[in-house]
Amino acid sequence: MSANFLRKALCVMAAVPAMAMSAAAGAQEPLKVGFVYVSPIGEAGWTWQQDTGRKEMEAALGNKVKTTYVEDVPEGADAERVIRDLAQQGNKLIFTTSFGYMNPTLKVARQFPDVKFVHSTGYKTAANVATTNSRFYEARYLAGIIAGKMTKSNVAGYVGAFPIPEVLQGINAFTRGMRSVNPKAEVRVIWVNSWFDPGKERDAALALIGQGADVVTHHTDSTATVQAAEEKGKYAVAYHSDMKRFGPHAQLAAVTHHWGKYFTKEAQDVLNGTWKSDSTWGGIKEGMAAIEGFGPAVPAELKQLVLDKQAEIVAGTLAPFAGPLKDNEGKVRLESGVLDDAGLNKMNYYVEGVAGKLPTSK
Amino acid sequence: MDALAPLLASAINAGTPLMLAALGLLINEKSGVINLGSEGMMLVAAVIGFAVTLHSGSVAVGFMAGAISGMVLAGFFAWLTVWLGANQVATGLALSLFGAGASAYIGIDYVGETLQGGRYGIPLLEDIPLLGTALFRQHPMVYFSLVLCAAIIWFLNRTRAGLILRAVGESPSSAHSLGYDVRRIRLAALLFGGACCGLAGAFMSLVYTPMWVEDMVAGRGWIALALTTFATWRPARVLAGAYLFGGITILTYHMQALGVPIASQLLSMLPYLATVLVLVLISRNASWIRLNMPASLGKNFNPNT
Amino acid sequence: MLKLEPRAHPSVWMSWLSPVLAVLLTMACGLLLFMAVGKDPLASLAVFFLEPIKDLRGWSEVGVKLAPLLLISVGLAMCFRANVFNIGAEGQLVLGAITAGAVVLYFDDETAQGGFWLISLALIAGAAGGMLWAGITAFLRDRYNANEILVSLMLVYVAELLLSYLVHGALMDPDGFGFPQSRLFSDGFLLPTVLPGTRLHLGIILALAASLIGWLYLSRSFSGFKLQVGGMAPLAARYAGFSARRSLWVTMLVSGGLAGLAGACEIMGPIGQLTPSVSPGYGFAAIIVAFVGRLHPVGVIFSSFIMALLYIGGELSQSRLGMPSAITGIFQGILLFSLLACDVLIHNRLRWRR
Repeated sequence: MSANFLRKALCVMAAVPAMAMSAAAGAQEPLKVGFVYVSPIGEAGWTWQQDTGRKEMEAALGNKVKTTYVEDVPEGADAERVIRDLAQQGNKLIFTTSFGYMNPTLKVARQFPDVKFVHSTGYKTAANVATTNSRFYEARYLAGIIAGKMTKSNVAGYVGAFPIPEVLQGINAFTRGMRSVNPKAEVRVIWVNSWFDPGKERDAALALIGQGADVVTHHTDSTATVQAAEEKGKYAVAYHSDMKRFGPHAQLAAVTHHWGKYFTKEAQDVLNGTWKSDSTWGGIKEGMAAIEGFGPAVPAELKQLVLDKQAEIVAGTLAPFAGPLKDNEGKVRLESGVLDDAGLNKMNYYVEGVAGKLPTSK
Repeated sequence: MDALAPLLASAINAGTPLMLAALGLLINEKSGVINLGSEGMMLVAAVIGFAVTLHSGSVAVGFMAGAISGMVLAGFFAWLTVWLGANQVATGLALSLFGAGASAYIGIDYVGETLQGGRYGIPLLEDIPLLGTALFRQHPMVYFSLVLCAAIIWFLNRTRAGLILRAVGESPSSAHSLGYDVRRIRLAALLFGGACCGLAGAFMSLVYTPMWVEDMVAGRGWIALALTTFATWRPARVLAGAYLFGGITILTYHMQALGVPIASQLLSMLPYLATVLVLVLISRNASWIRLNMPASLGKNFNPNT
Repeated sequence: MLKLEPRAHPSVWMSWLSPVLAVLLTMACGLLLFMAVGKDPLASLAVFFLEPIKDLRGWSEVGVKLAPLLLISVGLAMCFRANVFNIGAEGQLVLGAITAGAVVLYFDDETAQGGFWLISLALIAGAAGGMLWAGITAFLRDRYNANEILVSLMLVYVAELLLSYLVHGALMDPDGFGFPQSRLFSDGFLLPTVLPGTRLHLGIILALAASLIGWLYLSRSFSGFKLQVGGMAPLAARYAGFSARRSLWVTMLVSGGLAGLAGACEIMGPIGQLTPSVSPGYGFAAIIVAFVGRLHPVGVIFSSFIMALLYIGGELSQSRLGMPSAITGIFQGILLFSLLACDVLIHNRLRWRR
């Protein structure tokens, strides 16, 4: 063998253990995953559920991942800086968990093509940006069934944050569920113009109760609505998390999100190198939405009815938004078939059974 | 009108923290000092009252803790403005900004914690139909605030101490030359004001929404300041103004629930626009304002000059 | 023991030294705060004050934060000198964002190129919006004696609700799936960046220009002189015939215009669209900036730099140190308190007396 060849062979032989070590080191080096939260984690609510998902991912993947989170990051110009900082700090998978982070996420994603981003509740994707959301409206429909059977005044109250499609999907599904077992039921809505303002949420809940609602629910982030119901001896359906602790007698059920399985899958995909940018909108079947936390007041037959209907939704034989779908001004929005994702994303009306007019009817 | 009784009850509930804070600020301003730190004092008292109640189990102790924390902050404000002569407006603003940050910081571990809501009411009176729901199902602090209002009216108009307080506010130099310690009197007024703002803040986190959330006072400290002005520094008008303001806020929610076709954001503007409107109506008559406003309001007094 | 004794003449030294002392005092309090929560005090302080400026991008981010603070505080410095307490700059900023945003959205369609003239038009519209909002406060104070602190403050809430109403309705992006935000502005309508590769935009130039012009106005013009006398000695000013009404209107309109301009720069710069929230409280932070800057149009450059550092340092200390988001507000409050306390030393001296 020539000296050259020997030298090359020696180099390769030297390199092999080095490569093996770095491969081993690479296998040991955990995937850094970052999370950006729009509100404090607290004890219940949207961010609490996101954080629970993060912890479930940590439990499932052990020391293959290392997570960091930043909470209470306002949507807008500052979010961009936080997201960029996480990317610069070596996080290779970043979850941005609020709608208002959509454009900042895309801007940072352009500058960090090898970092994967997952944005919740938005609609813009990119090669390294995926979106996700939960079809919680399926669970809302089931909650409506419970409300429809339990109400005596036939009026339900809904404390809403902002009149955006996601919230309207929830209101409308709830109403349709309610009216499927109680055609006389009516839903009244108050908009508090904030995702998280317990004072306003409570005032709104009390106003709805004062107007005759005996079941209240909310699409806001605090436990104020459930607590108001508990105080006044009415019923409530909690949102985001099980709030039985805050309303032991009042809570009929909770419509919840579960992100752990999805987060784990995304992280595993990055680890395996099979991550793709897609839009995952999972419902009860995928385990991303659920109805749970049935309260003591719910009779066993009603619970069974709900579980039966849930099975139908999972099997695909029952859809909360199947035609004919009329809005509360009489206009037909869908003749027949099932409302598709585009229709859901553009929902800007109330269905029959919801009182009032939407502030924006464009 | 089924909804009327609960509406009234909610209005009274909403107006109480405004009234408590505004009464305290009224005493401040009668002595000639304007303390813009009410928002900060209310926030800090809210978080401390909440934390203390959570640990001690007693709402009464929580209220006291809130009042004391208000007094501590007011004392600090007094030191800066009455003794060191700092600009009252700037110092008050600093207190509000600091209070917002400090309360958020202290409250971190308490976000999402909650207290058991209670059912309060005066035993026999609360069963009167309509009126009972409207007036007699409130927390004891609501009734205390009414007593406080009456006590302040009596204090200002019928006692010697009240007269001296008013004299200090109108002309500190005259009071000084009569031998009264202007600074001590202003300190006492500020401490009282701080205690009241403290009670108001504690009311927010112990009774109004029994939980702690960052920035839960949501501007009520500022509104209380506005209240003292447009009540032309008369306690009885403070009461009326507080309940009116509380009522408008609640009314906008009822209007939404009834399906009134005005956008929710526009309805939410009503309380603030109403405040501006009343301020304008009251202030319009400059001599009326001059008649009622303590003459030395906002001006520092140094006994050594 | 230490006693405070009034000085014969206010100390010129102290009026320069006081802001610096205040910053040092704030840092000292910060050290105590970090120690109290068990974090390494010096490392934490470094994250707060040094980390934000360790590279060019860091400086550019500080600049992005500094621009609106500086624009607004120049106007507020003028106002406060004249004893007009415009607390509602935040609302004027929002109105400026609304009017500028409306102009951009009106002209921005598929074929629009944007460019110098349209951007200038939008910026002018922003300033006009802020002026209009401030003008309401000025009018109510002028005509009806309504206290400008309370009126301008109430109008902040109204402005924010108005913005929310508009982005949910008239100005909402029709292709935006009903989410409350406007269309993204096309590139031709965004402010040019002054440092390539960063987010630092024209706003910083405008802010520095405003600072210079403000300084020239206050120190070199008769009108500025009248303003300041009106604030320092109102009776003397009246005797001399200086119109208090004029100073009210001039200062409110100028500060409103600058705040509106800041709002326009924010949405045409880092944000790029109209959203329900266009400011993390710049209008209120600028009040502290104005005071710490000694109400001097050039002094506020220094204090807005410090404030911008506090904002970014606070954010970084969240992700690096796990500190809560409230830390920024606490530092800002401590800064102002320290300044007010140190200011006392301008008129008084500390002496050791028995």
